[in-house]
Amino acid sequence: MIKTEALTKQYGDLTAVDAVSFTVSPGEVLGFLGPNGAGKTTTMRMLAGFIGATSGRASICGHDVDTDSIAARACLGYLPEGAPAYGEMTVRDFLNFVADLRHLRGAARARVEAVIERLQLHGVLTQTIETLSKGFRRRVGLAQAIMHDPPVLILDEPTDGLDPNQKHEVRTLINEMAGEKTVIISTHILEEVDAVCTRAIIIAHGRIVADDTPQGLAARLPSGRLDDVFRSITA
Amino acid sequence: MRNVGIIMRRELVSYFATPLAYIFLLIFLVLANLFTFYLGGFFERGQADLNPFFTYHPWLFLFLIPAVSMRLWAEERRSGSIELLMTLPVTLWQAVVGKFLAAWAFTILALVLTFPLWITVNYLGSPDNGAILAAYIGSVLLAAGFLSIGSLASALTRNPVVAFIVGIAACFVFLVAGFPLVLDAFRGWAPQFLVDAVGSLGFLTHYEAISKGVIDVRDLIYFGLLITWFLLATAVVLDVRKSE
Repeated sequence: MIKTEALTKQYGDLTAVDAVSFTVSPGEVLGFLGPNGAGKTTTMRMLAGFIGATSGRASICGHDVDTDSIAARACLGYLPEGAPAYGEMTVRDFLNFVADLRHLRGAARARVEAVIERLQLHGVLTQTIETLSKGFRRRVGLAQAIMHDPPVLILDEPTDGLDPNQKHEVRTLINEMAGEKTVIISTHILEEVDAVCTRAIIIAHGRIVADDTPQGLAARLPSGRLDDVFRSITA
Repeated sequence: MRNVGIIMRRELVSYFATPLAYIFLLIFLVLANLFTFYLGGFFERGQADLNPFFTYHPWLFLFLIPAVSMRLWAEERRSGSIELLMTLPVTLWQAVVGKFLAAWAFTILALVLTFPLWITVNYLGSPDNGAILAAYIGSVLLAAGFLSIGSLASALTRNPVVAFIVGIAACFVFLVAGFPLVLDAFRGWAPQFLVDAVGSLGFLTHYEAISKGVIDVRDLIYFGLLITWFLLATAVVLDVRKSE
């Protein structure tokens, strides 16, 4: 479960995230929507403990991301924007490195193989990450995020740069994993919201401007189309 | 503690993933030997010791150590991998120490590879091997001091080249802090205790004391405190600037 209370981030005079409060429960897949620069990535980075909030609080599985950061991060699988990794490492070494830092041993360690299987990384295990295509890189990022079977997943643009088949695969993966997990994905592809999300939050200029089910959002305009609603709210 | 080891191992392996590590080792060994035999007059002195070798270490390190430390954090920030590392369940301090230890282990390897000189001097005469060991310890500590400064320089920027140049400049200041060059700038106006304090901050005084074969606890404390301070500063800088 993810909970934020009046989470705010200011850079000088600019308020990137403005008193954002929401709660995501297990079983929910929250789509985080908004134009570029709306504050999606900043919010996710605060949840992941990468940057500190100016004010307000956030917790993951009940662990405050600021005061109990390590416990919060242990419950979390996080795919940063652009799926950064160590380019000079091979896929195998990289996944082992993350598994080591996650202290996966014994039976839990076997999940690394399962994740390699699930994301079809067999063919590239001995390649260095910098030589991979964008799609494979994204999959390596996903593998590192889900290998410890975390109760909470935060994925920043998980399908960005993937071809339609790969997008479909990633969505299937998210749907399969959702179950009892708490998931947030950010995206600006609206069809994705229909495909995987049980709820959508639209954020613009750092504020939440809509929080509803995808169906509820679409019904707000007579056309019943999500992108019309998106444009009318955020323009 | 385990996390420190895991991060250190990854970093150390990554040195050898690029030609940089091999080039560094080659240049270090060539220059160290060149200085010893030509500038130091190893043979001409006719003495069975390694003083000509150790005398030039501070100057060799001044340029080579910042090259080892420049990528430590600058590269993490440039590639964005810092976001991955800092959102895994590791503390900032574990990451700072792990990376520092990796760079240190690498320079220790470079020093170990100078062993043929030690064999040579033992073949030619009977040197005081205790003094040589002490001098090696001095070099290892000097390298650690430079690396901690380089680590801070690397945390300040996303550009490894900038980190390299800033690292050299900062290391130079600490190297010559005990020299008249720096002390005269203070002597005119500062009270004597401040002049003494600045003088005792210099690497060279402490390094030379150890190289003479005298391992004084005060010199060890000096290096320990200095390294700790610079690593703390690295962590503070990263905490503020890691997402920029």
